[in-house]
Amino acid sequence: MSHVPAIGAAVDLGKTEEPYWKPLFAGFDFSKQWIADEKPDVIFLVYNDHATAFGLDNIPPFAIGCADEYKIADEGWGARPVPIVKGAPDLAWHVRQSVIQDDFDLTTVNEMKVDHGLTVPLSLMYGQPETWPCLVIPFAVNVVVYPPPSGHRCYMLGKSIRKAIESFDEDLNVQVWGTGGMSHQLQGPRAGLINQEFDQKFLDKLVNNADELAIIPHVDYMREAGSEGIELVMWLVMRGALDDQVKEIHRHYHVPASNTAVGHIILEDLG
Amino acid sequence: MALDKPYKDIPGTTVFDSDMARAGYHVNQFCLTLMKEENRKRFLGDERAYLDEWPMSEEQKQAVLDRDYNALLKLGANVYFFAKLFFTDKVSFQKGASLMTGMSEEEYRNMMVSGGRSPEGNRYIREADDG
Repeated sequence: MSHVPAIGAAVDLGKTEEPYWKPLFAGFDFSKQWIADEKPDVIFLVYNDHATAFGLDNIPPFAIGCADEYKIADEGWGARPVPIVKGAPDLAWHVRQSVIQDDFDLTTVNEMKVDHGLTVPLSLMYGQPETWPCLVIPFAVNVVVYPPPSGHRCYMLGKSIRKAIESFDEDLNVQVWGTGGMSHQLQGPRAGLINQEFDQKFLDKLVNNADELAIIPHVDYMREAGSEGIELVMWLVMRGALDDQVKEIHRHYHVPASNTAVGHIILEDLG
Repeated sequence: MALDKPYKDIPGTTVFDSDMARAGYHVNQFCLTLMKEENRKRFLGDERAYLDEWPMSEEQKQAVLDRDYNALLKLGANVYFFAKLFFTDKVSFQKGASLMTGMSEEEYRNMMVSGGRSPEGNRYIREADDG
């Protein structure tokens, strides 16, 4: 699902019923009920930091949060008024070790503030609770400084993460979220680019033909879906963590949220 | 051997690759300091003095002072970094994006509400020049 700082502001300022925002939030009504029924213990949240925790001093391609908690960042207008994010360090440290042994060299992060990339998806799914009803493992993917990891690598990493989570001793209900995108461009004279056809095809193939998505080169994302549309590689981490055959539970697509096409899809393993 | 950069022919787009990140290192790191209220105040109080604390080029400093975001892109700044400058100025991300397009804020907002900028004619520099 997509992030976008303005979505967070709409929640924080009580604007979700306004005509501009209502259709976007309505697409999450089903999802809020679904997650209330599912009650995940832990969200493995694949997202991107927007030059908040990671500037140009350190640029990890993949970073896993192993801390007890994550404070909310001030991105330039004060911190969002949302609860502190509680981590799941036992599972995170376990996944870290398993995935690195599987040839994916992760950066381990124990001090980090989280920005709208992480908190907006939580707000979309949970609204405005006093505390988040789940633990979160933040998993940051560099999509800011070119090149991001390839779609294929993200997809294979997802499979490795699945294996790691399944081998954890404690019986936990874990969801993997892929966030970011869909088509958007935030910079330069071409800002505002939206490609609904590309996005819809991406959602279709995410369900049934992810192997084909995994070979899309970076330049195609940027040309077709905007320079920031490249965030969609993060959805492939989520897809890799699921079975080859999945059931589509829910889909929502809306243009625009500020500069961005918002996509949201819920997939479950068939088994 | 030179790296393959197949994204160079996308119109109106600056890809924040190694060359740009290196050129824009200090201007981007300056932007990150605006994530603290006391720094935002100090910057707005005397922008020139604040910028002079950084080993940026004069062109980069001037582009910050002018809020010339297209110039900043060419000089190695990245939108997620200079978004901190939007927010310091109490400018929304949508307005900030519109400033780089040559459209008014209202025109840009209307374009987005109508489905955004079409990719048709906007994929390659050569077709953008034609139309």
